[in-house]
Amino acid sequence: MNKPDPLRTAQEQGRIRDLVERGLRRRYRAERRFRAYGLAAAVSGLLFVGFLFLSIISTGYTAFVQSYIQIDIRFDAELIDPEGKQVEEILRMGDYSGVFKAALREKFPQVEGRRELRQLYGLISDGSAFDLRDMVLDDPRLIGQTRELWLMASDDIDQLVKGKIDRKLPEDQRVVSDLQLGWLDALTAEDRVERRFNRVFFTAGDSREPEQAGVLGAVVGSFLTLAVTLLLSFPIGVAAAIYLEEFAPANRFTDMIEVNINNLAAVPSIVFGLLGLAVFIKFFGVPRSAPLVGGLVLTLMTLPTIIIASRAAIKAVPPSIREAALGMGASQVQVVAHHVLPLAMPGMLTGAIIGMARALGESAPLLMIGMVAFIADIPGSLTDPATVLPVQVFLWADSPERAFLERTSGAIMVLLVFLLVMNAAAVILRQKFERRW
Amino acid sequence: MAVESKTQSRSAALETATAAAGGSEPTARRTVGDVSVPNPVMTCRQVNVHYGDKHAIRDVSLDVAHNEVIAMIGPSGCGKSTLLRCLNRLNDTIPTAVVTGTITLDGQDIYERRQDVVQLRARVGMVFQKPNPFPKSVYENVAYGPRIHGLAADRTELDEIVQTSLQRAGLWEEVKDRLDQPGTALSGGQQQRLCIARTIAVGPEVILMDEPCSALDPIATARIEDLIDELRQNYAICIVTHSMQQAARVSQRTAYFHLGDLIEVGSTDMIFTNPKHRLTEGYITGRFG
Amino acid sequence: MQTSTLILALLVLTAIAYQLGRARSLRVAGGPRGARKLHSLPAYYGLLTAIWCSLPALVVVLGWQALEDRIIAGQVVQSMGGGVQELAPGELSLVLNDVRNVVAGNVKPDAVAPEIATAALRWQRLDGLSRTSAAVLALCVALAGGWITLSRIKPTMRARNRVEQIVRVALMGCSLIAILTTIGIVLSVLYESLQFFRFVPVTEFIFGTQWSPQLAIRADQVGSSGAFGAVPLFAGTLLISFIAMAIAVPVGLFSAIYLAEYASRGFRAVTKPMLEVLAGIPTVVYGFFAALTVAPLLRGVGERLGLEVASESALAAGLVMGIMIIPFVSSLADDMITAVPQSMRDGSYGLGATRSETIRKVVLPAALPGIVGGVLLAVSRAIGETMIVVMAAGLSANLTANPLEAVTTVTVQIVTLLVGDQEFDSPKTLAAFALGLVLFLVTLLLNVIALKVVRRYREQYE
Repeated sequence: MNKPDPLRTAQEQGRIRDLVERGLRRRYRAERRFRAYGLAAAVSGLLFVGFLFLSIISTGYTAFVQSYIQIDIRFDAELIDPEGKQVEEILRMGDYSGVFKAALREKFPQVEGRRELRQLYGLISDGSAFDLRDMVLDDPRLIGQTRELWLMASDDIDQLVKGKIDRKLPEDQRVVSDLQLGWLDALTAEDRVERRFNRVFFTAGDSREPEQAGVLGAVVGSFLTLAVTLLLSFPIGVAAAIYLEEFAPANRFTDMIEVNINNLAAVPSIVFGLLGLAVFIKFFGVPRSAPLVGGLVLTLMTLPTIIIASRAAIKAVPPSIREAALGMGASQVQVVAHHVLPLAMPGMLTGAIIGMARALGESAPLLMIGMVAFIADIPGSLTDPATVLPVQVFLWADSPERAFLERTSGAIMVLLVFLLVMNAAAVILRQKFERRW
Repeated sequence: MAVESKTQSRSAALETATAAAGGSEPTARRTVGDVSVPNPVMTCRQVNVHYGDKHAIRDVSLDVAHNEVIAMIGPSGCGKSTLLRCLNRLNDTIPTAVVTGTITLDGQDIYERRQDVVQLRARVGMVFQKPNPFPKSVYENVAYGPRIHGLAADRTELDEIVQTSLQRAGLWEEVKDRLDQPGTALSGGQQQRLCIARTIAVGPEVILMDEPCSALDPIATARIEDLIDELRQNYAICIVTHSMQQAARVSQRTAYFHLGDLIEVGSTDMIFTNPKHRLTEGYITGRFG
Repeated sequence: MQTSTLILALLVLTAIAYQLGRARSLRVAGGPRGARKLHSLPAYYGLLTAIWCSLPALVVVLGWQALEDRIIAGQVVQSMGGGVQELAPGELSLVLNDVRNVVAGNVKPDAVAPEIATAALRWQRLDGLSRTSAAVLALCVALAGGWITLSRIKPTMRARNRVEQIVRVALMGCSLIAILTTIGIVLSVLYESLQFFRFVPVTEFIFGTQWSPQLAIRADQVGSSGAFGAVPLFAGTLLISFIAMAIAVPVGLFSAIYLAEYASRGFRAVTKPMLEVLAGIPTVVYGFFAALTVAPLLRGVGERLGLEVASESALAAGLVMGIMIIPFVSSLADDMITAVPQSMRDGSYGLGATRSETIRKVVLPAALPGIVGGVLLAVSRAIGETMIVVMAAGLSANLTANPLEAVTTVTVQIVTLLVGDQEFDSPKTLAAFALGLVLFLVTLLLNVIALKVVRRYREQYE
């Protein structure tokens, strides 16, 4: 071994140095290339995020405003209350769309013929009739008077005002006719067209008419569904985590439960929908489309997430604290209830919020259990038919009306705001209570 | 390259570091003994290392001679490993580390901008505290270095390098029949010798060893120590060790570090029999450690 | 009595039971001073009484609720005479629906056939009877449970141990829900699938290349027509998943590498959370993005290049699905890369390797098993992803490998078959469950393998 060494001669050393030197440029080129790939990948991730948000915000921000048209409305007693009884039932039955149609005819007296008139009436949303009715019900003295009122424009006109319909297209290729264009321009010239904050979008349920559709029904549905989910999944998840971390004997059965939980966390959500359909609806007869059954399905779906997060939180509590309490003569249940649980609570809550955020964005399993029906009413209880925000997005995205496009994006923005708030809450909770032992 | 860019800001970093020290810091102790040797392979002059706010090494100067084993000893946290990692610029991988002063290899400043770290590390190899074979076969572990540096033109040449390296590391006889088994399957002592073989395979001039035996049992340690003694004929070796016996057994010169200062340098015999500085004496006689 | 009222009553009883149990324990011990003679704190005696008062009663209420509907329906059907009993299950459920509508007041009794109206009346009567008896039974059980426990309270009774025993059992019960869920999934999906395979042979389902379930809607054609060969669905699912992985794996892996090994702290601090944002976006949003932005974009680009791109092309769905999975891959890869010990990197740098050489030849091979496991998990997600494909992929079952054409997937078909009208026993609905079974089994297999690989990898470096 101590014989003279071929590698060690000065010659050999010089050769190695040369070889290394010769390879350097190629190797650094490879290095730069590799690094560039990495940077490109990271940047393209950022670009995707940016593009996604840009495309949603740019189509969606207009959902929060709505065009209104000002016309002189005469509350004609003939149309509303011909017999002058002023009773609520009769006032309710009045022909309020006749009222605004008359006002439109008055404004543009030269319009004649059924087809043209229909186009004229198309300027104003049909929903305005309900607004007028509510005004009269509020104050019956309006009957017979004339008021300058701002009425909601119909969805197509609204899109035109917002510049989403190209005026330069030939007439047969756009939903707004040349006549309507002319009337609208006349109204605009008189300052009778205005864009306002779209209150309806936040205070109404779903509707077939885009301008009357709002997200409130879906928001309430989501809230009810998540309430069920939280009330069930948090206690059960925490209890299961406590059992697995603190009480479970180390045997094959416990192992099986663990493997099961990990697998369930990765089962496609739509499979939970099938389970809900077959078990809750078909077998137990829970009413379909209801927040109750939606909550049950989402509970099963989020349980693994919450159990896993809660276990991590329990694991983070140092054993010395348990030993100290056990040493004082506390029972195992007392140790858990008095020491482990309070210390692990912030972590568990964080996990719960993250699980809820996932549940809030989930829609596939809810399609299975009938939460996709068209529901105009705002749900009032756990067994009323309801829909949730992401499913509302899905429903609107499927609608052919152009105006639903921006409302879909608008609903997505509402959904994202909720998610943002929940995630921010989780982050704050974690930062505030996170303890390093 | 990222690793190089740090050296460009060295002077600026030095200024801020000195400013931060604010003069309140005690000045470095003078080293007892002669730090320089005739015809050194590496030299360090006035080396300072900061990790963020921490001043890990203060004004250390030390030479490494050809064909010698120099042992660096001292209590934990005295800066000996830090200095070792400066010698092949492995501190570059720690973002907060700032190195100032001059370190030369064959008369060339290794922290100079023109110096290439890749080239440097091929010439100054390193063996770590815990054996860290790659999760590859024994053969691939040794062939890794020659491959990345392009030292072998073909497979036979590579086979030859692997064989000589393993032979020199005294491992060939034990592993020649299982070259394709994972390196991690070897025993701890074999793993460490594999790491030495891996280092030898790129033909370094200096080998740095950072407590190479601290994770090994006494028998494996003895084998490595024998090996170090043999390797001395071909390489200069710097070894950091916690064990004074080991330093006494394998090294010709010994440097004693204390809290970032180089206290005393001298021939190993002299340091262990007749230390000049009272700190060295205290350490040697086991008053602290 | 309404269920909510009943539960409220039970809660009140429970509260009273707690107080009584506590008070009684003190009394048998000889007043407040005697508390030291008791085995446990007085509160435990109260708790024990409260538990035995409420728990059995709640079980009764819930069990009754679950079974009530079926029993009543059975009774009503029996009373309706032979004609109804012999109806096919599908038609029977229609009749029952009519009855239910009358009961719920959605339909006026005079608007339906007289026998339906009679049945509805009978239903209402049975319902009232059932509610009353449920309430009486539950309250009796509550009182009995409470009273028995009370009468057994003695100073030597180990109340705390008993309460804790119950707590333990309850905790275990909660962890069993995970297993029950799995069993529930398997049983429900399997049961319906077996029904389906009575109409369509398994081999035809798995190997058939024709898929047109719509034909089977008409009642007179049930089982006789309609093609249920699922191969085009499997092929479509694989095609879209493949496109998604082709995007997600390189981008996710490379960005994980860049962020872990190269990026400056500032860049990482910005980019990492941004990528995590991608993970938190609901899939329905991606679906909308795919259908309304990406698909038209691809079509436009295709037209420029003279290619014909279907408006519901597999490419659009796969592309967006890939974007969705990027953060999943990158965070898993990041975990795996950072799990490779620093000493490994030091060893490589010490030999003079460049950063990329170290990553490619040391770090990645070491992290490979973990990364493979992560990719398998990602594949299972891609296969099971629903909303993106429902909104952006087509309905027609084309057997093609051309990403520019429209294909359909397993999940799309499950949704289309089950949304809308639902007769539980037509092969059309049952086919959805058979597809669900395939989906569940495939993803389960992928998950089991992936989790095992990842687990073994983690253990290696722990």
